[in-house]
Amino acid sequence: MRRGWLALGVVLLAAPLAFQDPFYERTIALVLLWAVLASAWNIVGGYAGQVAIGHAVFFGVGAYLPLLVYTHWQGVPLLGIPVGIAISVGIAVLIGVPTFRLHGHYLSMATIAVAELIRLLVTNWEFVGAARGLGGPASGRTIWDLSYRSSIPYYYIFLALFALVLGFTSWMEQSRMGYYLRAIKAGQRAARSLGVSAPRYKLYAMIASAAFTSLAGSLYAVMLGFVDPDSVFGIMVSVQMVIMAALGGAGTLIGPLVGAALLIPLQTFANSLFGGQGNGLTFILYGGIIILLSRFEPGGILEIWNHYLARKARKGRTE
Amino acid sequence: MIALQVVVGGLLLGAVYALFSSGLTLIWGMMNVVNFAHGDFVMLGMYIAYLAVVALHAGPLVFTLLAALTLSILGAVVYYLLIRQVMRGPMLAQILSTFGLALLIRYTVFWFFSATFVTLPGSALGGSIKLGGILIGIPQLVAGILAMGLTIGMHLLLTRTTLGSQILAVSEDRQAAMLMGIRPDRMQALAWGLASASAGVAGALIATFYYLTPTVGESLVLIAFVVVCFGGFGSVPGAMLAGLIIGLIQAASAYYIGPVYKDVVVFALFVAILWVRPQGLLGTV
Repeated sequence: MRRGWLALGVVLLAAPLAFQDPFYERTIALVLLWAVLASAWNIVGGYAGQVAIGHAVFFGVGAYLPLLVYTHWQGVPLLGIPVGIAISVGIAVLIGVPTFRLHGHYLSMATIAVAELIRLLVTNWEFVGAARGLGGPASGRTIWDLSYRSSIPYYYIFLALFALVLGFTSWMEQSRMGYYLRAIKAGQRAARSLGVSAPRYKLYAMIASAAFTSLAGSLYAVMLGFVDPDSVFGIMVSVQMVIMAALGGAGTLIGPLVGAALLIPLQTFANSLFGGQGNGLTFILYGGIIILLSRFEPGGILEIWNHYLARKARKGRTE
Repeated sequence: MIALQVVVGGLLLGAVYALFSSGLTLIWGMMNVVNFAHGDFVMLGMYIAYLAVVALHAGPLVFTLLAALTLSILGAVVYYLLIRQVMRGPMLAQILSTFGLALLIRYTVFWFFSATFVTLPGSALGGSIKLGGILIGIPQLVAGILAMGLTIGMHLLLTRTTLGSQILAVSEDRQAAMLMGIRPDRMQALAWGLASASAGVAGALIATFYYLTPTVGESLVLIAFVVVCFGGFGSVPGAMLAGLIIGLIQAASAYYIGPVYKDVVVFALFVAILWVRPQGLLGTV
């Protein structure tokens, strides 16, 4: 197991050597960004089993704050990060406190509603650029603007962030909270009867998930130097976070990376092939994948792989 | 006078909300499944009406029946092919299955019609009448009255007929219903057909005066959800009352705050309801 992680680390560190073209460099940076986002969703969606489908709200808040700091006060965009995280955590609490006491559907709907609410507000709020969105510094003023011509520095920034999220998740898995979450997922009533406060631990997971999503959103906005309501608050962002984690394997450490590594190149390919229509096509495809996954293998690709390994092992014994 | 105009407009639209929301609440109360594609079923009803008018020059009665029939078949098919299996699966699969279905339907329609708004070609049902000093569009009036009648009809069907008792029996106790010789599977498929038909009819009814766009389902399903939460889950009369209230609130906020904020107000209200009274107006949970 440890050897596997080491190999993965080496591969991820060395990956940029294999891709010299700016297009591919950008693609692998985006793969890691989405691996981070899907992993962040995984904390609440996979481990705590609470299907939030509005994470775009945390991503969008995170993305807007740095550029807001730049637009209005000419500040270093990075200064917006803690504010973005604070607001995202506030929203997570606002949604989480009432819904975690209720049946799971309430959380899903409340997250969609709040994401849609904030998107509509931002689209009509002149202070945050309304429908046009916000821009960042045209060129780096100091090193702190993190303005680079190539995508490779961002690849490593996202890699560090990915390591951070994975580190947190695996710590959580081993900790008391991880056991509580597994107990809640297996049977909320049984867990509560043993004195585990289900709403509280679900809320903790939601807060952590929101904070990481917001942080990744901020770095994405600084990388892109531009945000608009639809691209960061749109339903596509939420859908992608969910589908990448679920396709790879929700509730596993490595699942989100597997999902991102499969879907981001596919999506870039579809967009370059079909242009603007590609986006609609991606949605149709994602809808289809989600239906098939939930119908036949909710455990995702890793589960299929485990089945395959188990079958091979059985065969090996009988021969 | 303008206030009265806003009230009447809100109530008429609210009646349509009540109709499709009662479909959502029926399924939810019966099998604890939320159909995230319910709003997109309404959208399908709208486009079926549009296609029927454009291709077949169908009248309002024909395209409404066509939408009801198509959607009820779709609902039963979705139940047999998807819901029956995911109901036994983990929560993740339950929620994601109909959410994926919503995306699939929404963007398949998007693929064919693109994002442009279309309206039903004129003369399908038009004109307006002056009643007590206010102007009411005939399409809105017909839609509102029909929707109200159908919602009441659905309530009567569930509470006053043998079929309705069988459906309610399954939702109360599946095992006991089976011992009484009721087939839960058939009843649940029927409920899905009925609920989807309510969405289809609602879509066809508002198609005569609403803008048609493939993504309209997203806000409609949220509205239905707010109505169901507000009315208390599983309760058709609750959905009826809450639908009218939500329609009223929407019309008032569109007029007094601004049209773009009509959904904002409803969604904010939803979060407030979750904090203050999650069991809804008539709920007892």
